[in-house]
Amino acid sequence: MTDLYEQVFERPKALKSVATHFCPGCHHGTIHRLCAEAMDVLDIQQRTIGVASVGCSVFLYGYFDIDVVEAPHGRAPAVATGVKRVRKDDIVFTYQGDGDLAAIGTAEIIHAANRGEAITVIFVNNTTYGMTGGQMAPTTLPQQRTSTSPAGRDVANDGYPIRMAELLAGLEGVAYSTRVAVDSPKHIIAAGKAIRHAFDCQVKTGGFSFVEVLSTCPTNWGMDALKANARVEKEMIPYFPLGVYKDASRAEEGE
Amino acid sequence: MKRLFVKGNEAVAMGAIEAGCRYYFGYPITPQSDIPEYIAREIPKVGGVFIQAESEIASINMLLGASASGARAMTSSSSPGISLKQEGISYMAGSELPGLIVNICRSGPGLGGIDASQADYFQSVKGGGHGGYRVIVLAPDSVQEMYDLTMLAFDLSDRYRVPALLLADAVIGQVKEALEPHPYVAPADLLPKEWAVAGKQGRDDQRIVKSLYLGDGELEAHNWRLHAKYDELKKNEVRFEGYRTEDADFVVTAFGSAARIAKSAVMMAREAGLKVGLLRPITLFPFPEQALRELADRGIPMLCVELNTGQMVDDVRLAVKCRVDVAFYGRAPGAGSLPTPEEIFKQIQNNMTVKL
Amino acid sequence: MTKNKIVIDEAYCKGCALCTVACPHGLIEMDVVMNGLGYIPAQITPANLAKCTACALCARTCPDTAITVFKSVSGSKTEQT
Repeated sequence: MTDLYEQVFERPKALKSVATHFCPGCHHGTIHRLCAEAMDVLDIQQRTIGVASVGCSVFLYGYFDIDVVEAPHGRAPAVATGVKRVRKDDIVFTYQGDGDLAAIGTAEIIHAANRGEAITVIFVNNTTYGMTGGQMAPTTLPQQRTSTSPAGRDVANDGYPIRMAELLAGLEGVAYSTRVAVDSPKHIIAAGKAIRHAFDCQVKTGGFSFVEVLSTCPTNWGMDALKANARVEKEMIPYFPLGVYKDASRAEEGE
Repeated sequence: MKRLFVKGNEAVAMGAIEAGCRYYFGYPITPQSDIPEYIAREIPKVGGVFIQAESEIASINMLLGASASGARAMTSSSSPGISLKQEGISYMAGSELPGLIVNICRSGPGLGGIDASQADYFQSVKGGGHGGYRVIVLAPDSVQEMYDLTMLAFDLSDRYRVPALLLADAVIGQVKEALEPHPYVAPADLLPKEWAVAGKQGRDDQRIVKSLYLGDGELEAHNWRLHAKYDELKKNEVRFEGYRTEDADFVVTAFGSAARIAKSAVMMAREAGLKVGLLRPITLFPFPEQALRELADRGIPMLCVELNTGQMVDDVRLAVKCRVDVAFYGRAPGAGSLPTPEEIFKQIQNNMTVKL
Repeated sequence: MTKNKIVIDEAYCKGCALCTVACPHGLIEMDVVMNGLGYIPAQITPANLAKCTACALCARTCPDTAITVFKSVSGSKTEQT
């Protein structure tokens, strides 16, 4: 008797069949896949243009089977503005880390959001600068040790971590701002829905959408993947609460 | 088209729109704010896009994105703002993106002043940003050239996929002169931009606009490929004006507004019976090395006049390979520092008696 | 007895073990032998595979999309003998 199977999970079409350079347990891979799933479900792969930023996410073009423009550090929202103003009917998204978006790129993200540019921004917050070797980020937690805060982040010297989803939600031009995590199956499924909604926001209503995804960086946290994963729930979510901070879009939930 | 009386800055904006530029991203800074102001008013009438960005950095990056998407696009600023744009220009050069950057120079360094200056020559011609690249640099000396060279800048930039910089200054930007606008005619040899990002649209290949090359030997090859384009520019696209150099015993070299004033001094010299000519580079990159070498071969000494403490003079001396003496006269930028024709005439007289 | 199937592709698995905590039934374990990439991959024994419900939570958790999931459809009218 032949066994018959129905495939209930497969790699999304928009995600290339290549091994990634990400460290074991790094959530970038998961987040990439959720973005690719959104492109598949919304059938937008053929008209999506990605704007790559600087950091571990720089190899966007190696993983998504779409046209890509590379932006200087922090400038992806400005580059995306230029692309979207020319390619009005294409779907344009940026994918940025905490240094790129919340340090060097704060002016660009705030003003692209403020102008209500019809782009989608995926912000990966792992409380550190990954690619460059684990330095302090604007999102590094108080007392967190990094290579440039070896005694732990001192808020008197370095200030408090920045909560970007809340900050951007205060701007008129923002249609959707949310924070999600991918540290558990329940959170991953919710994150997938949020990312889909963010892309859909651009598709249906041309609104500015922002998804902050809490993520691990096992290598630079000095932890194995499982311990790093546990840190998201234990230490990050209390400071960076999950939730929808603004949803002014009229996009329908696709489920 | 009707003859007009316009400011240099306005002529740039008019030339850009006539040449098909439909995307402008910029930021106010004296003495060039007339450019964004004109474009803000006029470009929507032709369905174009004007964004006053949050900074010069944001605007060069918007230009990068628009250009990567295949559009004719531009930005403008003045010296300190151009400093901010250097990283973006380096990325554009490395990513082989066309695009126009306009620098209406003011005095520096630092906050400096708002008066005309030519002290951004090094920044413009020698790279400006990091990495070994060049941009096409065009130096107008009149309102008419502000219009004409803007159109040329877009064409050269598209033809070679090299960013173009229009290098003017506060004098030419603010002066009002007669302008004869004319319709733009696209060169026949400009190829469609099949490298521009557009969403795959069913294509097999993925278009990537980037400047990152990490594989063994990749970046080296890429740099030589860029270098080959600059050699092509040197071979094919040099432009200069030779004024009465055919029978000259002495030649003044200058660009932009310094050349306007120097030309008056050369005319005064001719009135006084001195056989003086003017060689005015119009393309600062590619530099008219060949034309200068030919003058040097005839044994003609030179005087380089600039609104700075000595920048283009280095390139003149390199071009003539020490065969003739190249003197320098400069007025460092700042309020009240524009030379008079009489001043330059005196320098001509002083230097004509010097032998190598 | 269900005969669902998950396939963990050794070419992609980096041995992060996140799938081992994602599976609600704890069916996935780590192997003892290194794969070609130098990682110790995850694996599922035939005994455990027999208990798989094809919920695909392991696959959704895997950062490397190394897992594909198949649900058995035996009992369908199109089944061949």
